[in-house]
Amino acid sequence: MSRLVITGASILNQATADIVIDSGKIVEVAKPGAADTFGARVIDAAGLIALPGFVDLHTHLREPGREDAETVESGTRAAALGGFTCVHAMANTEPVADTAGVVEQVWRLGKEAGWCEVRPIGAVTVGLAGTHMAELGAMAASAAQVRLFSDDGKCVDDAVIMRRALEYVKAFDGAIAQHAQEPRLTEGAQMNEGVLSGTLGLRGWPAVAEEAIIARDVLLTQHVNSRLHVCHVSTAGSVELIRWAKSKGINVTAEVTPHHLLLTDELARSYDPHFKVNPPLRTQEDVLALREGLADGTIDAVATDHAPHPSEDKECEWSAAAFGMLGLETALSVVVESMVNTGLLDWAGVADRMSIRPAAIGRVRDQGGRLEVRQPAHVTLVDPHASWTVRPNELASRSRNTPYRERVLPGRVVHTIFDGKPTVIDGQTERMH
Amino acid sequence: MNKHLLSAGDLSKSDALLVLDTAAQLAQVADRPVKKLPTLRGRTVVNLFFEDSTRTRISFEAAAKRLSADVINFSAKGSSVSKGESLKDTALTLEAMGADAVVVRHGSSGAPHRLANSGWIGGSVINAGDGTHEHPTQALLDAYTLREKLANGEGDLAGKRVTIVGDVLHSRVARSNVLLLSTLGADVTLVAPPTLLPVGVETWPCKVSYDLDPVVPDSDAVMMLRVQLERMTDSYFPTAREYSRRYGLDNHRMSMLSDESIVMHPGPMNRGMEITADVADSKRSVIVEQVANGVSVRMAVLYLLLGGYSPAQPAVDEIVEGN
Repeated sequence: MSRLVITGASILNQATADIVIDSGKIVEVAKPGAADTFGARVIDAAGLIALPGFVDLHTHLREPGREDAETVESGTRAAALGGFTCVHAMANTEPVADTAGVVEQVWRLGKEAGWCEVRPIGAVTVGLAGTHMAELGAMAASAAQVRLFSDDGKCVDDAVIMRRALEYVKAFDGAIAQHAQEPRLTEGAQMNEGVLSGTLGLRGWPAVAEEAIIARDVLLTQHVNSRLHVCHVSTAGSVELIRWAKSKGINVTAEVTPHHLLLTDELARSYDPHFKVNPPLRTQEDVLALREGLADGTIDAVATDHAPHPSEDKECEWSAAAFGMLGLETALSVVVESMVNTGLLDWAGVADRMSIRPAAIGRVRDQGGRLEVRQPAHVTLVDPHASWTVRPNELASRSRNTPYRERVLPGRVVHTIFDGKPTVIDGQTERMH
Repeated sequence: MNKHLLSAGDLSKSDALLVLDTAAQLAQVADRPVKKLPTLRGRTVVNLFFEDSTRTRISFEAAAKRLSADVINFSAKGSSVSKGESLKDTALTLEAMGADAVVVRHGSSGAPHRLANSGWIGGSVINAGDGTHEHPTQALLDAYTLREKLANGEGDLAGKRVTIVGDVLHSRVARSNVLLLSTLGADVTLVAPPTLLPVGVETWPCKVSYDLDPVVPDSDAVMMLRVQLERMTDSYFPTAREYSRRYGLDNHRMSMLSDESIVMHPGPMNRGMEITADVADSKRSVIVEQVANGVSVRMAVLYLLLGGYSPAQPAVDEIVEGN
């Protein structure tokens, strides 16, 4: 049975309609009650908002190498529960995804799991070491069809390597996704540098360490006429720089994480490493500037930077803990709290920043379509009025390092349809195959 | 008083005065032939030292023993910590052994905070220096010394001018002293090269100067901080000689102090770097008294954190009222 009818959903919180899906495509968008449900599986979506399936540009699936923290299967299951129908798997695995072999392995594991599309990101340099360009062309030509390349976790800080990489990826419409962090300015850095880092005695991570790299990279991108994507923008100054670069016509896009839209460095007062993340949580002024940048389109996409870590890497002293936090299952709710409920973004805006634009940035052909006839059937159905309490043990991820423990968040993904098939129904994953 | 002592900022003015007054009473024990009180008999104090610090550990050990507590010294070297045991497992081990108080020194800022708030242990946690964060008992012993020398050993430090000189950026002593001394009413001035001052220092309850000479004549006390030589290789300042010239305390600068002013140092000193031998050994120097006062202040902290709900309560009353 491949026919599926979603009844009574409000498309982008606008017109209510029945959506008929067959063989992975949207075949009809009918008036409410008008769709023929005979022989079809029916999903009653009255009161829910239908959005194109979310596309994450920044996911750490940890496989191969750290299957104790996450696997492609568990990470993509978490993604489905979060309303995602496509994730981009970051390259900092063990071994690093710097060859066609590794990216094809990750891509194939994603296919086998079947929870969503997995688009591997390839490393820019061999072993993320920042010195020799990896075989970007081989990864681009592989079955994984890699278009985004990143040394995420590390910055491509060598200006010449960055320039060459930006130039080289033009041959296959690729882009460099930069983790903007000047390494010397952030040696041993533990949290945002500001009043609080001085008080807490934690080594500071100045905003300029991010902004200096972004400034250099947009100028390099302009010089070689290539395409740059800036990962996890975290400071007000970075937003200003990207706004300026876009005004000059430079081909730059940017993402912001949900946690940088909601949380501030004040949380470090607890010395609880669940709030330790790279780039660090910044100040309230930065949070407000990021929200404004996302609202006006300076920042193109919300990307989770979902970073699972086993509990022993978080149940320890701050400086010994790993950087990173879970994000896939809470992303939509955090966007609702920080952007929708504040009136900064409507639901069409949510669709744009969480699906349409990230799919375009990743050059993902069959994602980020509008909910129209002949489009691929990737649909996320959201209850905007629900709220839920985040309980780490109830998350699908193998890891528990959410910063939202016991926090009540608004909005909930109810159903997720990937490639015409439900992956999540009533907030529960469907048994696959 | 809170259950734990993690930051000098946790102490209200009345808390701080209670510690100092209690320390003054307990200091009299040191003059007795038998330097021991039964107050904490049957209680266990663990000195959990992940960093070398002979003087602080010995000071806490002496304080706990004078109060008749059982003392367990747990140092990272030669323990399972060096084999990779986590802070959590170490804490759970200590909890299983029934530690009533854990005195912790750790290289990571906030580690005592984690121990106190993670639910791993039930006893009191006393911060004996964490990373570049705080060292509250050092600030208490400094406040005690200042009060003895400048305020007849009574009341607060209202209007006393205390100048703290050196590597404020990396100094847990400076952080705790700024908080505690300002709580007690002192006027604190930090002096350092701009590279050794943290971002945001202008929001701290103190004044800041890049120059030492104008500040010295108006100081009732000058506290010199240890400056580690590796700061030079990290380009915080050009050379040791230049640092000494601009920020060291020598005879010439000491001569600008008023007659009653004192010179302090939390130790260990780099003689010839931040302080000359002449100054360290001069009559103004109270560096040795700081060490002695450290034992009394730590006795007071242990007594106040552990004595409050002690089964040995009658002995506690006897001691405090008996003096």
